[in-house]
Amino acid sequence: MIRVALPAHLRALARVSSEVKLDVDGPATQRSVLDALEARFPMLRGTIRDQQTQVRRPYVRFFACARDLSHDIPDAPLPAAIASGAEPLLVVGAMAGG
Amino acid sequence: MMSGVRVLVGTRKGAFVLTSDERRADWHVDGPHFPGWEMYHLKGSPADPNRLYASQSSGWFGQLIQRSDDGGATWNPVDNRFVYDGAIGTHQTFDGTPKPWNFTRVWHLEPSLTDPDTVYAGVEDAALFRSTDGGENWHELPGLRRHGSGAQWQPGAGGMCLHTIVLDPAEPRRIFVAISAAGAFRTDDGGSTWRAINRGLVSDGIPDPDAEVGHCVHRIAMHPTAPNVLFMQKHWDVMRSDDAGDSWHEISGNLPTDFGFAIDVHAHEPETVYVVPIKSDSEHFPLGGKLQVYRSRSGGNEWEALTNGLPQKDCYVNVLRDAMAVDSLETCGIYFGTTGGQVYASPDAGETWSPIVRDLPAVLSVEVQTLW
Repeated sequence: MIRVALPAHLRALARVSSEVKLDVDGPATQRSVLDALEARFPMLRGTIRDQQTQVRRPYVRFFACARDLSHDIPDAPLPAAIASGAEPLLVVGAMAGG
Repeated sequence: MMSGVRVLVGTRKGAFVLTSDERRADWHVDGPHFPGWEMYHLKGSPADPNRLYASQSSGWFGQLIQRSDDGGATWNPVDNRFVYDGAIGTHQTFDGTPKPWNFTRVWHLEPSLTDPDTVYAGVEDAALFRSTDGGENWHELPGLRRHGSGAQWQPGAGGMCLHTIVLDPAEPRRIFVAISAAGAFRTDDGGSTWRAINRGLVSDGIPDPDAEVGHCVHRIAMHPTAPNVLFMQKHWDVMRSDDAGDSWHEISGNLPTDFGFAIDVHAHEPETVYVVPIKSDSEHFPLGGKLQVYRSRSGGNEWEALTNGLPQKDCYVNVLRDAMAVDSLETCGIYFGTTGGQVYASPDAGETWSPIVRDLPAVLSVEVQTLW
């Protein structure tokens, strides 16, 4: 079980009030977690990564275990604490804009 | 059933639905819907007033399309994949280098006049998309972007956006669109082939002032009973065409300034036109701090200021291109929203005005549904 913490706007869009818990097939990577997230919440497609290129949107970041994973390649394994569900993967909207 | 109106307001930070009976004196304010999101445009289907479409976007999370089937009480996201058809191609950038088309957002949603499930979307970078299944799938009408001039199109200051879509009630295969800063275009075959319709537009500041493309058209309005007559607010100049855009002539007449964004036509008088003059392209606010709607009852050239109930000092808001609309009750109501968050209504065709709301986020769009 993987835990994902979404920013408030995406929680509202997905109609969830707290962390999302996902079963992920195979190794836990950014790509596999986002694939599982978008499969369960299709309305989130395009909001975190581009639907065609799968590239992370510029003002969205991924944090976990006090690290910024935003520039890791999408198929890199996530930290063990994420894979085990001990810690959530944080999807964060950048502190920018008005 | 008593008649009334439903005003759909898109703002920089959410959407609002304002409703009233036919007296248009007491208003119910519902919202914000989608709080915190930029709502560029909401519009209802003329064929089913309960069917609404909304463009929801943010710089963080991109574009979504929302649909309501109950008049705006509840909403559900539909498809948000706007994929350019075939070879992407390039357009011009400010520095003159070619840049591939890149989707940013949906500026305008135009539901079909007859089918609630068919809706057009005007997007940035400029292209026209259509859904025929209530927004579940979007497909580009690529003939527009592949119009011979596409590689020469350049963005306006607000981006290279397709912001105006006008459907012809008499000729279902005819569609007008406008793009900043390429100009106006028309199809007569349902969107397969397009031609630029900019003859007569003159734009100082471009190398060839009457070039085929490169004009910053801000909005086009049409009266449904006179679909060959088009009214245009260009960057500068208020223009009119009597031949479905084949040629244009200026009707700015005695306007104090002919810069502006919004333009609309009275619901029952095809020669009565409304604009909101804005001081200039470098000062986006009303002239002299006075918020004035101008009305021509002669199809242009002779304009009168409508000021009763509008602030006549210290007013420095803007009225954006999609932020004016009319209802079709017996005495035509006129509505507009400002970047200062006011939505003004006139239940008597512009004679008197009062604010429905004063303190919304900056208003991006106003549309009105007349409910019978």
